[in-house]
Amino acid sequence: MLQTQPIPAQAAASDRRGGVRPTPWWMDVMLVLFVAAIAFGIARAAARWSTPLSPNVRIDTSISQLPLYAGLSTLRMAVAYILSLVFSLLYARAAAASKAAERVMLPVLDILQSIPILSFMPGVVLALAAAFPGRTIGLELAAILLIFSSQAWNLAFSFHQSLKTIPRELSEAADVYRLGIWQRFTRLELPFGAIALIQNSMMSWAGGWFFLMASEQFVLGANNLRLPGLGSYLAAAADARDTHAIIWGIVALVTVIVALDQVLWRPLVAWSDKFKFEQSGGDASESWMLDLLRNSTVVAWLHDHTVAPIERSLDRPREPLKLVRFKFVVPRWARVLAGFVAIIAASGLVIWGGLAAFHTVSGLAGRTWWTIVVATLATFGRTLAALIIATAWTVPFGVAVGMSPKWSRRLQPLVQVIASIPATALFSVLLLVLLELPGGLNIAAVALMVLGTQWYILFNVIAGAMAIPSDLKEAAGVYGLSGWRKWKLLIIPAIFPYLVTGLITATGGAWNASIVSEYVIFAGRKISTTGLGALIAEAADAQNFALLLASTLVMAAVVILGNRLVWRKLYRVAESRYRLE
Amino acid sequence: MTIAMEAPPSVERGEVILEARSVDKYYGDDRTPVLDSVSVALHSGEFVALLGPSGSGKSTLLRLLSGLMPPSGGMVLSHGEELTGINPNVAIVFQSFALFPWLTVLQNVELGLLAAGVPVEQRRERAVAAIDLIGLDGYEEAFPKELSGGMKQRVGFARALVVQPEVLFMDEPFSALDVLTGETLRAELQELWNSKSMPTRAVLLVTHNIDEAVTLADRILVFGANPGHIRIELPGLPAHERMHHGPARQHLVDAIYRVMTNPGEDASMLVGQPSAPARAERPRRYQVLPDVGIDDLTGFVQYLSSIGGRANVHDLARDLQLRSDDVLAIVEASDLLGFADLQDRAVLLTQPGVEFADAELDAEKAMFRHFALAHVSLLRHIVRELDASPSATLDSDRLMEELEEAFSGGEARRQFETVVDWGRYAELFSYDDASGELRLDPESGVGAADALREAMTADSSATWSVDGDDN
Ligand SMILES: Nc1ncnc2c1ncn2[C@@H]1O[C@H](COP(=O)(O)OP(=O)(O)OP(=O)(O)O)[C@@H](O)[C@H]1O
Ligand SMILES: [Mg+2]
Repeated sequence: MLQTQPIPAQAAASDRRGGVRPTPWWMDVMLVLFVAAIAFGIARAAARWSTPLSPNVRIDTSISQLPLYAGLSTLRMAVAYILSLVFSLLYARAAAASKAAERVMLPVLDILQSIPILSFMPGVVLALAAAFPGRTIGLELAAILLIFSSQAWNLAFSFHQSLKTIPRELSEAADVYRLGIWQRFTRLELPFGAIALIQNSMMSWAGGWFFLMASEQFVLGANNLRLPGLGSYLAAAADARDTHAIIWGIVALVTVIVALDQVLWRPLVAWSDKFKFEQSGGDASESWMLDLLRNSTVVAWLHDHTVAPIERSLDRPREPLKLVRFKFVVPRWARVLAGFVAIIAASGLVIWGGLAAFHTVSGLAGRTWWTIVVATLATFGRTLAALIIATAWTVPFGVAVGMSPKWSRRLQPLVQVIASIPATALFSVLLLVLLELPGGLNIAAVALMVLGTQWYILFNVIAGAMAIPSDLKEAAGVYGLSGWRKWKLLIIPAIFPYLVTGLITATGGAWNASIVSEYVIFAGRKISTTGLGALIAEAADAQNFALLLASTLVMAAVVILGNRLVWRKLYRVAESRYRLE
Repeated sequence: MTIAMEAPPSVERGEVILEARSVDKYYGDDRTPVLDSVSVALHSGEFVALLGPSGSGKSTLLRLLSGLMPPSGGMVLSHGEELTGINPNVAIVFQSFALFPWLTVLQNVELGLLAAGVPVEQRRERAVAAIDLIGLDGYEEAFPKELSGGMKQRVGFARALVVQPEVLFMDEPFSALDVLTGETLRAELQELWNSKSMPTRAVLLVTHNIDEAVTLADRILVFGANPGHIRIELPGLPAHERMHHGPARQHLVDAIYRVMTNPGEDASMLVGQPSAPARAERPRRYQVLPDVGIDDLTGFVQYLSSIGGRANVHDLARDLQLRSDDVLAIVEASDLLGFADLQDRAVLLTQPGVEFADAELDAEKAMFRHFALAHVSLLRHIVRELDASPSATLDSDRLMEELEEAFSGGEARRQFETVVDWGRYAELFSYDDASGELRLDPESGVGAADALREAMTADSSATWSVDGDDN
């Protein structure tokens, strides 16, 4: 449900032709140095992965360590993202390949997407730490896996969606001119899905930061298995009440996010303009970095000597896959048999897993179940409060920004960057203040939920307001609609589907956030409040697997049920009643 | 009137290069056929045109012949061998151009050569040559979005010609272009074909434009719908008679018009040819409603009234700037409702039609309700079902299911949309798109249902399910 409506990308990128000034030589030198620095950083960080694990990692809060920590955090993100991208391209391609595959693979993806990832973190950390005893790599893998699971699903959904919406005649042209699988992928499928993929990648990164910070700060029972990185740096600084270090830590985090935005995402967005399918105009997205890369002689040389030959050799003709589409290629009995085997294997797995889970959970006393119910209700209340607060400010603000082309152009890149700053990074800092207030963690938990989820709503509301056709706005002006009537007749119907999309993502996020916000270890003190998230974190801490599994399953079930029973229905109503055509 | 249809074909027929042998086609699980036992053979050296109403399966036939999908029954033979995948000898020019927007003109044209494994330099050379041939030199590095519609379709032609296909398919290649541009491209295509400067040995053109077909084709196939079948095959004109508007050309155009304006009748009788063994038309549960919206219908009746209540179908298409088959559909709908009368090629407004054109909105609706109930069996059926239901509602899914038994998937949906449009306008029922529910209108709908019920009890043999009870 992370598919926000892509923020309109613009048309007409300037290509490498034309009389553009070549980049000065020192820029090329800078580029080379930049690449070298990244390579060095990766090598250095990777060297740490095989180092022995010390049970009590000390996070050094001196500022000189910050570049290293920032690099480590970014590297984890990059590895996880690359894995997510490869996974989602393959998964979506496989799911689109046949009706049967689709029927299984999409629901699986949907469930994976609805599961609150953080509730699995304790289990994953324990398992992977045990799999590589005494090595940091187990912890690194756990962090990467968590980030992966926050990034992969929406990418896969988006690419699958793109594959399914390739216009029929375009796809037939590819068939008639007998493009092979690779040629089809690079000439048709990837370009067609590129814009949505890039938009979703940006969302994925924002989500990834959230989980990265959470996993770096993660403390499991008596073992302080902290991963060095920006998240643990900020936590340690807050623990020590070192304001100086806190400020520098936040500065470093924001710098990394802004730098990535400028060096990676803006250029990608500007570049992806050329994949726009509609002919509609609009302003071109711009990126200084892209201009620099386009005009750089070093980049051109590198492209001609590395990418181009690889492209050419991959394009080398093979026997085109003539028969893919014809049903008699795979005999019917073989398909039936394969389907049968797959079904048996899948149901065997499900039954085995179900029995194991049942066995584990069945040991719980009735009183414990009652605790789970109460905790669920408490967290439900907090989630609701967080959504109401977030909606209350994002809707008017988002509509104001989205309806004014001037402001949306100015503010949107800014909002995107701010939204990427993970709430989890600020949490330990916030606690410093919030724990002093009446309400304590109860209020602080809601605050974190709001911080973590409001952006999904805001993005979608802005996108919805931007999508209101200008003739409708004009008509509203002509008929003198204003105030409440304008909201009722024009704005709410127009943004409603977008709002629902945003709320779906936000709800999942809020439940997730409860795990890190309802139970914290702060300055060596355990603080907790009643809630399902607290229950999960506590159970993990005490290594009470029955309780951990039971409460995790309950949370997953609540989120999935909510999606099915409430959001889907609302979404369908929104789609059919309010769609602007 | 008899036309000299037995005149020798204008071109010596070569060997058969591509053939469909009694192919059937259904889409998906839907068992109602889109194509029913269609046989066509393409001979070397000929230019064949395919005419027919929307949804009659013309594009589907192209897809089968090009191997984009397998037939559900029968077979496709290329040079006498059964086709088991994409037909390597075919290139297609698409109505929507189907250019890749992220590739330059040159890259788009090179596409077909890429898969064929032509080496880079030769690929470039051939693509540039094809771009020159089609009159686009200078645009090699442009992106499709920088081009006008006509230029885009030129790229479409270049992309098709560069692979030197043995057979060229064109699926309404000019319909997305404005009239003049289409005309220009058509003339250039004709010149290319006549000068034999392309290695292509046969062309199959799908079109809605009778003039286009008569001007270009050596052979003309007219398709019928539901399920798609070939109604008649007519030889084209000898080359010298195609261009100037002499009597032979006029005869052929008239004959095709007659065939297309009378979808229910035996085509060979209409052209005055000795009749081929008549196809047994399968009995149908419902009459087929033409895919015409209320606005078009009322607008048309008013227009016809304003020009004196009489017009020639051919002229109407020109004056209203509509595709001829769209005009036909509207005329058919007016005829079905009893507002107009189609005689040969002329449409006459009936007395009710004149009244309908002059009526105020309320009276207009009441008239429409009356005539629609009298003539549209499906509408009567719906009103009776609504009347019989205790909640006075009907689930649209159920109605769709019923329609799907009688029509193929796409056609069933169109029938549904048309009948809902008509019924809503007649104020017989309302329809809620979200819940998919039809609901009897508390005033006029209930009144109509009562009247129907009475008529039913008076004459129990008047069933709704037999086609032709209205005509
Ligand atoms: N992929 C598909 N799945 C289901 N039904 C289809 C599919 N493609 C076409 N149809 C249906 O098959 C019928 C014939 O379609 P086809 O496109 O071949 O008609 P056509 O003669 O080319 O019409 P037009 O003149 O509008 O292009 C239509 O009723 C259409 O709805
Ligand atoms: Mg078609």
